[in-house]
Amino acid sequence: MTALVELSGVQFGYGSRRVLEGVDLTVQRGELVALLGANGSGKTTLLRLLAGTLRPDQGTIAIAGRPLGAWRRHELAQHVAVLPQQLDLPAGFRVAELVEMGRAPHARRLFGASAEDEAAVERALLDAGALDLAHRSIEELSGGERQRVLVAMALAQEPELLLLDEPTTHLDVAHQVALLASIARLRRSRQLTVLAVLHDLTLAAAFAPRVALVHDGRLLADGTPHEVLSQQRVRQVFGVATQMAWTADGRPHLVVELPSAAQDQALASPGRA
Amino acid sequence: MRAAPALPISRPLAGGPSLTRSVAVLGGGVLLLAVVLVAAVGLGSVGIGLDQTARILAHRLLGLPIDASWSPAAETIIFDLRLPRVLTAMLVGGGLGVAGTVFQALLRNPMADPYLIGTAAGASLGAVAGIVAPLLLPALALGATTAWWGIGMVQVLAFAGGLLTVLLVYTVARGAGGVQVVTLLLTGYAVSSILAAAVALLMFLSGRALGAIFAWLMGSLAGASWSALAFAAPLVLLSAALLLLRWRRLNVLLLGEAAAAHLGLDIEREKLVLTALATLATSAAVAVSGTIGFVGLVVPHLLRLAIGPDHRLLLPASFLLGAALLAAADLGARLAGGIPVGIVTALLGAPFFLWLLRRSRAARLAA
Repeated sequence: MTALVELSGVQFGYGSRRVLEGVDLTVQRGELVALLGANGSGKTTLLRLLAGTLRPDQGTIAIAGRPLGAWRRHELAQHVAVLPQQLDLPAGFRVAELVEMGRAPHARRLFGASAEDEAAVERALLDAGALDLAHRSIEELSGGERQRVLVAMALAQEPELLLLDEPTTHLDVAHQVALLASIARLRRSRQLTVLAVLHDLTLAAAFAPRVALVHDGRLLADGTPHEVLSQQRVRQVFGVATQMAWTADGRPHLVVELPSAAQDQALASPGRA
Repeated sequence: MRAAPALPISRPLAGGPSLTRSVAVLGGGVLLLAVVLVAAVGLGSVGIGLDQTARILAHRLLGLPIDASWSPAAETIIFDLRLPRVLTAMLVGGGLGVAGTVFQALLRNPMADPYLIGTAAGASLGAVAGIVAPLLLPALALGATTAWWGIGMVQVLAFAGGLLTVLLVYTVARGAGGVQVVTLLLTGYAVSSILAAAVALLMFLSGRALGAIFAWLMGSLAGASWSALAFAAPLVLLSAALLLLRWRRLNVLLLGEAAAAHLGLDIEREKLVLTALATLATSAAVAVSGTIGFVGLVVPHLLRLAIGPDHRLLLPASFLLGAALLAAADLGARLAGGIPVGIVTALLGAPFFLWLLRRSRAARLAA
């Protein structure tokens, strides 16, 4: 295994507000890593830095051994794809036309599509389980179907690195599991490296062999779900108490303790508490 | 794992609209344009038969060896008066159609038209200054009649005014992280307001030039000439062609700026290039016609409903339909006794746009 992603000493701030205070992270080819942390902890910023849409203030980021600054935009898009939590899909396109937009960074033909483009689009639709949607129009799709189309679009880029930005946020529980299972399967069949920002700790623990916990702009812990997700760390990062159970292979199941009725009252009207 | 379902129809998955579809859409557009061309050149206050019109055009444009059985006056009317005017209408309509399509995609705003970020206000100020200046400062009168590059000072100032205003708006709207679309729209609005006040002041001071100013502001093709066409045509056609080559980037931009960046687009550079090209086409069009409304707004909407949002077909179709519509509207304006064509496009365009709006909303609710 060789390193695909290397961050060292990465600092970043929006204006005077520092978000990342020096992050070191190395991801080997073929790994699936979940980035966990509270809202505002900097994990989405980390993803944007990797996607090249933000530049670090300090420190270095390298993809496939090459500093991010040395990549041209469309070259980077040939290697790195992003699956957003939601996208306003433009009306009037068919699913296949939308997935073909994933070929934009590879485009060689002035107006048509090359044989590679056609093959890549078909493979992407097939792998994302969206081939039966190919000729449907975007407006007819359900939430789960739209998410499969977005996966197909990202796969059409034929990336080495797939970045997931809270992709399960707008899905029901069955679709959350289906999406992550399909990502885990694609990681093996396409030798993808996956870095995913996730919110659901149990879901992350179930699908990611490695989790990284971001807290106050730093990596607080990095390792297997069993090593990282302790009750004490979860309380430190999220400020909630949890009950935990472990599966046979050591993956934690978390149940968050709900506040009592009295605390509930205080939370509902914080000003008058 | 999901089994791959058999496709009901083996339509290709990639490559955009089929050849048949492209030929049907664009061929239909060219045919429509040809019909409008013959009708608009043939009809007018002086009756010249359509067959004679077609023979004169075939003789002069295509160089066909046809016996000149027509009067020299008929040839002058067709070739020196009507033809440049009809072709200018087509060029302006086509340019506004393409620029409108580009601005709607770029600004992701359905109300966007080619004038929105300052072109109209800047060109108006330039043109009005060109009309008024010789009256206020008689020394300038000599310069006003001089032709520069075969066109008058009013056109030159209108063209420069449009370009410079967008340059100013773009520069002011530019922040540390680049140009935000919302900022661009608001800056365009603010700058346009300032320039509109200056135009109003000049109109107040203009005295007997008010009629000429008004005709320009309403948009009119009465001043069309071969030399003005020769100035505007290369600018409009070149910008439109370069914009067509960027169809893929425009499609990707419809996904939003973040997603477009993830697909390899250099967003800030692309916004600059698209704004520059669309503004160049708009300013050149406005310089020879005044500010003609609704073509750049209605044409892209109508076509998106009819043929879909894919820019590789939408852009050339916008040019063809915009050209045909404005030439037809100008024919109507001429036949109605020579009113400014901008009044015709507003009278027909605005109600049509309302109908379109209600129709597409009804379709969305039904879906």
